[in-house]
Amino acid sequence: MATPTLSYEEQAQRIPQVGSVAPERRPAVLRMNWKDILLAIGMVLLAVAFIFPFVWLIMTSFKPPAEVFSGDFFPSRWTTENYEQVFTQVPLWRWMGNTFLVAILGVVSVVLSSSIVAFGFARLRFPGRNMLFALVIGTYLLPGAVTMIPTFVIWNEFGLVGTLWPLWAGNLFGSAFYIFMLRQFMLTIPQDLVDAARLDGAGYFRIYWSIMLPLVRPAIVAVAIFEFNAKWNDFMGPLIYLNNPDRYTLALGLHSLEASFQELGTQWSLLLTASVIFTIPMIIIFFLFQRYFMEGLAHTGIKG
Amino acid sequence: MAAISRAASPTTTKKRRFSDEAISGWISILPWLIGFIVFTATPFLLSLYFSFTNYNVLQPPEWVGLDNYKRLLTNDRLFPKALQNTVIYAAMYIPLNILSALGVAMLLNKARHFTGFFRTAYYLPSITPAVATAYLWIWILNPNDGIVNSTLRAIGLPAPGWTVDPFWTKPTIVITEIWTLGASMLMYLAALQGVPRDLYEAATLDGAGPWRRFKDVTLPMISGITFFVSTISIISALQVFTQGYVMFDENGGPDNSALFIVMYLFRRAFGSGYFQMGYASAIAWVLFMIILVVTLIQFKGSKRWVYYEHDTRK
Repeated sequence: MATPTLSYEEQAQRIPQVGSVAPERRPAVLRMNWKDILLAIGMVLLAVAFIFPFVWLIMTSFKPPAEVFSGDFFPSRWTTENYEQVFTQVPLWRWMGNTFLVAILGVVSVVLSSSIVAFGFARLRFPGRNMLFALVIGTYLLPGAVTMIPTFVIWNEFGLVGTLWPLWAGNLFGSAFYIFMLRQFMLTIPQDLVDAARLDGAGYFRIYWSIMLPLVRPAIVAVAIFEFNAKWNDFMGPLIYLNNPDRYTLALGLHSLEASFQELGTQWSLLLTASVIFTIPMIIIFFLFQRYFMEGLAHTGIKG
Repeated sequence: MAAISRAASPTTTKKRRFSDEAISGWISILPWLIGFIVFTATPFLLSLYFSFTNYNVLQPPEWVGLDNYKRLLTNDRLFPKALQNTVIYAAMYIPLNILSALGVAMLLNKARHFTGFFRTAYYLPSITPAVATAYLWIWILNPNDGIVNSTLRAIGLPAPGWTVDPFWTKPTIVITEIWTLGASMLMYLAALQGVPRDLYEAATLDGAGPWRRFKDVTLPMISGITFFVSTISIISALQVFTQGYVMFDENGGPDNSALFIVMYLFRRAFGSGYFQMGYASAIAWVLFMIILVVTLIQFKGSKRWVYYEHDTRK
């Protein structure tokens, strides 16, 4: 584009003077001008559509409960009443702690297991590798609804239904999507590095741990964030496996809060405030690791 | 997939290490292999077996042959309803998700200023937890007092019964889900940025207008991502659960209009007083067959419209 110091009008005025020498007609600049304005309007409107519901939600959480459906943007009176209420009415800290526990255990286990499996598929040659890797892809496409019931039965056999174990321990065995993603990243690391380390006497585990992992760090961070997000948001898992409110995660707790309103009618202010609290940690993580989020997603589809 | 073909010839690398490497290879994938056997293969087969039994977890399964399937397909009022709801929902959601994700990505790709800000703004809803998103939207779309209907009434437009009218419940969920299109959008954006500029220049020189450039350059070049996004959308739309369950209830709200297959499966399996694991497994297998057929058609069809730039082998 043209230098930002010139306004479009200035450019438009200059063009006729230069026009005598310029080989091509330049009113294109004027057309782009209009397009740019339309584009900008479109983008701002879209941003409003995406962001406004969220801002509205946060504003409402600071309004007095009676104003939950008020059409005013700002609270008539700023209050933290809703926040005090929600923390006294339900064990929100406890639910948050449970959710963090599940998310952290899930992230650590899935990162370690998926990366070591991905290393095997990417860098080691062994009989049956290609067939097994095809199987990994196959399991990724297998709908979760099919295995849902027997998986419950298996955890039930282990006597772990009602605990937090079923919500994360499956991650100890890696996850097809992450294995695929990490393998694609590892394939981009030059084989020479591995060969050189081999010649220096490093074992394969050493190569995985000290060479591969540091080199694919961005992908590892992306996997960690995706998994944290998935575990933080998971609703169906807790719904199936948890029955004691002390063990609830935030997603299930929020739902139980709504269910508890049945007779009095929904207390929207509490529900919405709890939703804000539920979302804030994800937003913080998002802004801390935004780059990895975006790059990770950008890479998932392309390679392969 | 794997680019390295290693047929019988022990090509370049040292042969004596081969078994060593093979053993390490097997050990490294062991976590996945164990998980595959315990949490994928076994449940997969068990689920098929359960679907031919009556099973309530407490007593051992009792073989009933095809009874579950017969009952499901001929003598169940709610299953056809759930199937129909799911198909209608998917038919709305999938195209809309792909078109909006692509549209937003194209806007972003055109923008030159504040792109980081806009990208973040469009992506932000996608990190909002599904349960919070659900409550946010049933509040915003509350038929009586919600901000959307208040605004519509204020400017004299009809105010739909978003959450109470059986006709509107599915569109309500679609709106909620489209709000979180961020992931598909980012994949499209990356794909658009990957289209070589000189292709557009060449097309322009050949006299192609904006529409032709979009149709004959952009679309083929990003068809790989379209295939990926559509496959994921199909599989997730046919298994829609959380939004229906949370925004409405386990029965799918007014007139069961938001009762989807997985919700019905869930209710039969875990709903209070049910625990019909056999029957629910039969539902799961019917759903699996539907997803399998649709995905196969999608994969077969993709050969015609997906363009792989690097696909020179074969």
